[in-house]
Amino acid sequence: MTLSKIIDGYGASLLRNVGIHLGFVLISVAAGFLLGLVFGILLSRIPKYSKIILPVLSVFNTIPGIVFIGILFLYLGMISLTVVIALSIYAMFPVLKNTFVGLTNVEPQYIEAAKGCGMSPVQALFKVELPLALPTVIGGLRMATIYTVSWAVLAAMIGLGGLGEFIYQGISINENSLILLGAVPAAIVAIILGLLIDRLQKLVTPRGVRKGAKQR
Amino acid sequence: MIQFENVSMSYGTNEIIKNINFTIEKGQFVVLIGPSGCGKTTTLKIINRLIEPAAGRVLIGGRDTSAVNRVELRRSIGYVIQQIGLFPNMTVAQNICVVPKLLGYHKQRCAQIVREMLEMVNMPVDQYAEKYPSELSGGQQQRIGVLRALAASPPIVLMDEPFGALDPMTRAVLQEEILRLQKKLHKTIVFVTHDMEEALTLADVILFMENGSIVQMAPPEEMLRNPASDTVRSFLGKHIKNMDPAALTAADFMKKGIVSARADRSVFECTSLMARKGVDTLVIVDDDGRYLGTLSVEDIRLHKDDALKAGDLMRTDHPAVHVTDSAKGCFDILLSSSANKYVIVLSPDGAVAGIITKTGIARALAEKLWG
Repeated sequence: MTLSKIIDGYGASLLRNVGIHLGFVLISVAAGFLLGLVFGILLSRIPKYSKIILPVLSVFNTIPGIVFIGILFLYLGMISLTVVIALSIYAMFPVLKNTFVGLTNVEPQYIEAAKGCGMSPVQALFKVELPLALPTVIGGLRMATIYTVSWAVLAAMIGLGGLGEFIYQGISINENSLILLGAVPAAIVAIILGLLIDRLQKLVTPRGVRKGAKQR
Repeated sequence: MIQFENVSMSYGTNEIIKNINFTIEKGQFVVLIGPSGCGKTTTLKIINRLIEPAAGRVLIGGRDTSAVNRVELRRSIGYVIQQIGLFPNMTVAQNICVVPKLLGYHKQRCAQIVREMLEMVNMPVDQYAEKYPSELSGGQQQRIGVLRALAASPPIVLMDEPFGALDPMTRAVLQEEILRLQKKLHKTIVFVTHDMEEALTLADVILFMENGSIVQMAPPEEMLRNPASDTVRSFLGKHIKNMDPAALTAADFMKKGIVSARADRSVFECTSLMARKGVDTLVIVDDDGRYLGTLSVEDIRLHKDDALKAGDLMRTDHPAVHVTDSAKGCFDILLSSSANKYVIVLSPDGAVAGIITKTGIARALAEKLWG
């Protein structure tokens, strides 16, 4: 198949599927980010228990997405929610882990200073700890986003569209260019989203804590 | 202003603070000092309840601190730590205004505070207010650390080895600045250090701690004059000798543990005593231990007569001074004639307290000059 043939035959559905794919990614990452942030913060408040909880969570993380979507599909059926729930949970892990690591790695001197200045625990969290952990948290978001772009391919497995549709079709009719039609845009989407998040990271990181500016 | 009443504190079975009592007056600059692990930092942190005591109570201005909300309490007490702990995500101005903002001060008032504070340490507002801590030198950072503690004008400021991480030059400059600020603002400052020189420079009162107890609480001069224990003395170390030379007395230089013999001892007994103790001169005393004279091995050799007693041969022309006489007088006596090898130092009751030798002076001077 030539490029023009592909565009003629698949142009419209490519745009549609990129849109669906992006939709899955954005909704799932947003939900996963919120969940990961909240659980990361909660776990960082109880570091003793987290040493047990985190490894258990990581085990869930190793369950292949295809299995997880399959199981959810049995209970929820062929609806977008199935995909969104599965992807959100996968997107949550990197954010949760990075939030936890970012918060627990805040140097004790800042927490001591915050306490000594008369900040309540919540004030210390939002004024000092989270801002200092933010670059790490955003790093987790970046990872979650890029992973989710590739995991969202699985949506097509239960017939919900997205760029996975081309890939599954391509595999079933043994047509490589169709596989590439799904894979290449997915890669491009991942790269673009990654770059956008890099911009975001720069934007939210104050000059004082940027890399290169030495933390004291 | 700050009163500790029977305060104790322990980690597990380890007693860190053992039932301490003291009072810090309003406007005093109190320095807590002692060997590491003595409980000085714990004591400091009990004041703003970063550490809760196991027993006893702390009163600030007559109010039991345990009755005050601890977050509120800390906002009313300045706090400076050794690691400085400026928030790296905030500018200098934001760091200074942390406590005022927590207290809900208006924006304009905060801006004014930033200006006043930076002016106080001669850091131009235009140049520094918008900088981040990572863009400042260590000394500048700790200046801002001090300003952050002062910003909401708390009556009390706690400082936990604030200058410990700075180089000696910067430290000296900041010590001077903190003294100047203290004179201007009349804060009650509680300052922890392990550096006696710093304590002597800054303190109105030094509180010396060891093993969770207070060994001595006294103004620096008083501590130098009368160290309460050997640990205090060793901490004061060379500073004891750095006192005003005019205040030094014979007692500061005399050698103790001299060998004495009673006047009715035979010459034979005296020589064997000299041989046993490895000395060539004895101090001769009467039955009550009062000074009579000296007897040297040469004196005995000149009169080889075993029937003679120590009292018959002793010399009484050796210069003698009292322990309270000025050290300078002793030096003058010793240096005025080569015949004077030593000066006898007498206690007020006439007993011999010690002697000052030329070597002793040389050693004392060397110690004073080179530590």
